[in-house]
Amino acid sequence: MLHSLNVRATLVSLVMLIALLGVWELANQAPDASKALTEYEMLMGGADQEARVPPPSAVIGLAYDELSNPFYDAGPNDKGIGIQLGYSVYRVLTGFFLAALVAIPIGFLIGMSPLMHKALNPFIQVLRPISPLAWMPLALFIIKDSETSSIFVIFICSIWPMLINTAFGVAGVRKDWVNVARTHELSPLKTAFTVILPAAAPTILTGMRISIGIAWLVIVAAEMLVGGTGIGYYVWNEWNNLDLTSVIFSILMIGVVGMLLDLALSAVTRLVQYQE
Amino acid sequence: MSFKSLGNPFDGESDLTHGPSCACPSCACAHEQAQRGTEYSASELTARLEQAAFEGTGQPRYQAAAELPVQQPTHSDIRKAQDTNTLESPEDVMDRVVESAIVRALFGQNDASRRAFMKTIGGGTMAAVLGSLFPMEAAKAAIKDTLGKPEKTKLKIGFVPITCATPIIMSHPMGFYQKYGLDVDVIKTAGWAVARDKSLSGEYDASHMLTPMPLAMSMGAGSTAMPFRMPLVENINGQAIVLHVKHKDKRDPKQWKGFKFGVPFDYSMHNFLLRYYVAEFGLDPDKDIQIRVVPPPEMVANLRAGNLDGYLSPDPFNQRAVWEKVGFLHTLTKDIWEGHPCCAFACSEKFTTELPNTYGALMKALVDATAYSSKAENRAEISKAIAPKNYLNQPEAVIAQVLTGKYADGLGNVKNDPERIDFDPFPWHSMGVWILTQMKRWGYISGDVNYKGIAEEVYLASDARRIMNDLGYSAPDHTYEKYTIMGKEFDADKAEEYVNSFAIKRT
Repeated sequence: MLHSLNVRATLVSLVMLIALLGVWELANQAPDASKALTEYEMLMGGADQEARVPPPSAVIGLAYDELSNPFYDAGPNDKGIGIQLGYSVYRVLTGFFLAALVAIPIGFLIGMSPLMHKALNPFIQVLRPISPLAWMPLALFIIKDSETSSIFVIFICSIWPMLINTAFGVAGVRKDWVNVARTHELSPLKTAFTVILPAAAPTILTGMRISIGIAWLVIVAAEMLVGGTGIGYYVWNEWNNLDLTSVIFSILMIGVVGMLLDLALSAVTRLVQYQE
Repeated sequence: MSFKSLGNPFDGESDLTHGPSCACPSCACAHEQAQRGTEYSASELTARLEQAAFEGTGQPRYQAAAELPVQQPTHSDIRKAQDTNTLESPEDVMDRVVESAIVRALFGQNDASRRAFMKTIGGGTMAAVLGSLFPMEAAKAAIKDTLGKPEKTKLKIGFVPITCATPIIMSHPMGFYQKYGLDVDVIKTAGWAVARDKSLSGEYDASHMLTPMPLAMSMGAGSTAMPFRMPLVENINGQAIVLHVKHKDKRDPKQWKGFKFGVPFDYSMHNFLLRYYVAEFGLDPDKDIQIRVVPPPEMVANLRAGNLDGYLSPDPFNQRAVWEKVGFLHTLTKDIWEGHPCCAFACSEKFTTELPNTYGALMKALVDATAYSSKAENRAEISKAIAPKNYLNQPEAVIAQVLTGKYADGLGNVKNDPERIDFDPFPWHSMGVWILTQMKRWGYISGDVNYKGIAEEVYLASDARRIMNDLGYSAPDHTYEKYTIMGKEFDADKAEEYVNSFAIKRT
């Protein structure tokens, strides 16, 4: 029963997808361009009086071309989609792990010490809602390097969910377990690593999963701003050319890579999950 | 072969003017030819002359010079002076050119008296005396600075993807940078603010900028103050006012009240020309219309979305709006001010002083490229070179319409205007003064402005002239001229009166 339900659901999904793409394709056919163009029409790029969204066949064709040669490098402003995604993933991961290095220890501190929680809370509350891109002009000015600046922006946007989730997870560890550790006369450091860390791990990883999602959202915008390399730059460059086919293709790629990053972290989360 | 060997200026036997009694290798060859009655073939002649120049052979009468009495062999110049005519490397040749120029100048270009003097006193003595009186080594170093090997060959140059930057961009695919020994990466930049910040931070060695930007940056208007220099203008003309197709019947600017216009940057000719244009029609650009800063590549998308009613922006985005059927060309800026400057090549003052050879080589590449792009017959080829993804990333048909001047105006007409965009590298000081008057007029700068002083400090007209002359292009010998903009005359000598003469202004 379950098996056949899955099969049927998949079938319905496929039918809906095909119907959607079919309507999209048919609604966006360019008029027949067989008749001769006047000189004015040639200079205007054809007699067609209306710009339209490209049909899915064009997007699939482009995707095939781009993905069959994803790592070409034709100069500093023209690189394959694989290289662009690589740059973006590299920036996201660098910023993300740097943020983890800072956020998790501070989160521990806040979670374990009510004093530090009260002392640091005002700063966190003020800094957390700032849009990461608002830091960009300041970062460019101070860091004086666009590459490092975009990593900094990723760092600053991924730090908050991790910090807050870590603090929450650490503070929420059952008191009994900490008391057991105390009766066994474990040092505070040993308690933190052997009792609190495993207990809080699922919450911490949930924070990390939220962070990487946000980081991936932000990198596209940051790269559109500073340019150079990355998937954000790719979107911007194709937007300049008003090439919607490439824009749609890159939107799909952004979605796929974002999903893969999320899947990777959810796999890690499953590893540290436990039943009470 | 028009090349004549460089005679040793300290040698009384050699004739620097290559007269009939000259014994230098090229003349000696000529004498021999006359005697033999046959001519050397070109390759034979070149071989002989090269041998003579670099090995010091093939010049029998020079032996006498080597036997000149040596009196004070202390200075490095003296060694060279006694060496017959041996020039071992291009560096030596350059040294010889400098020595020769100085010695000839000393004798008022009179070679007969120089030779008589050298024979009497001896070349070695003269070289020693001269070396102690005149900073010969420094003079040689100064000359080599502008001609020697670039100190840094790997450069990053920023550009915003517009046709104004044509010389900067095309120099890459068409090999102009390579020709002058540079390995340049041209980096596409999202907008002027980023180009400015990346230049200020040193991430770019030099950048494509708008002509008002180096002035503003040097004065600290709109950014931190840092001395920037603008040795070259890229293009003149080449911008346009584009309106949304729904405004086809509103061709009189008086009907534009409430319009939203885009310009690429505050400190741009686009902003100043648009303000000037609407103000001449009685509209106050700060009250009657709204002017927004939009990076050029985003203009068309904003026009289509209805965020803008029109814009004054660089091509290809004017022509692209026509191509996309969302806009039409209201007027070319050429018809507002014929020959106005627009974009420029700019770098920090530090770059010009710390890397003089790189700076010189870069200027040569760009002056060469600018001259190449100013020729109408090359425009189609250039359009093809700069259209790909790595550079402008635009349909070639759009770029060709801009560069060749044969274009559709979006109103159903095909127009032909070869001067739609042109390229001229000379940074007129009067242009700088005009820009400063507009910055003052619209309140971007305030107080007493030393118009000419700033323009002359930032616009390096003498460098541009030197490089243009070196490459054999004619450069103007003055740096100020008068302009007539929409019927109103501008004279750089009366800048402050000019600012005050406008009815609509912020001062």
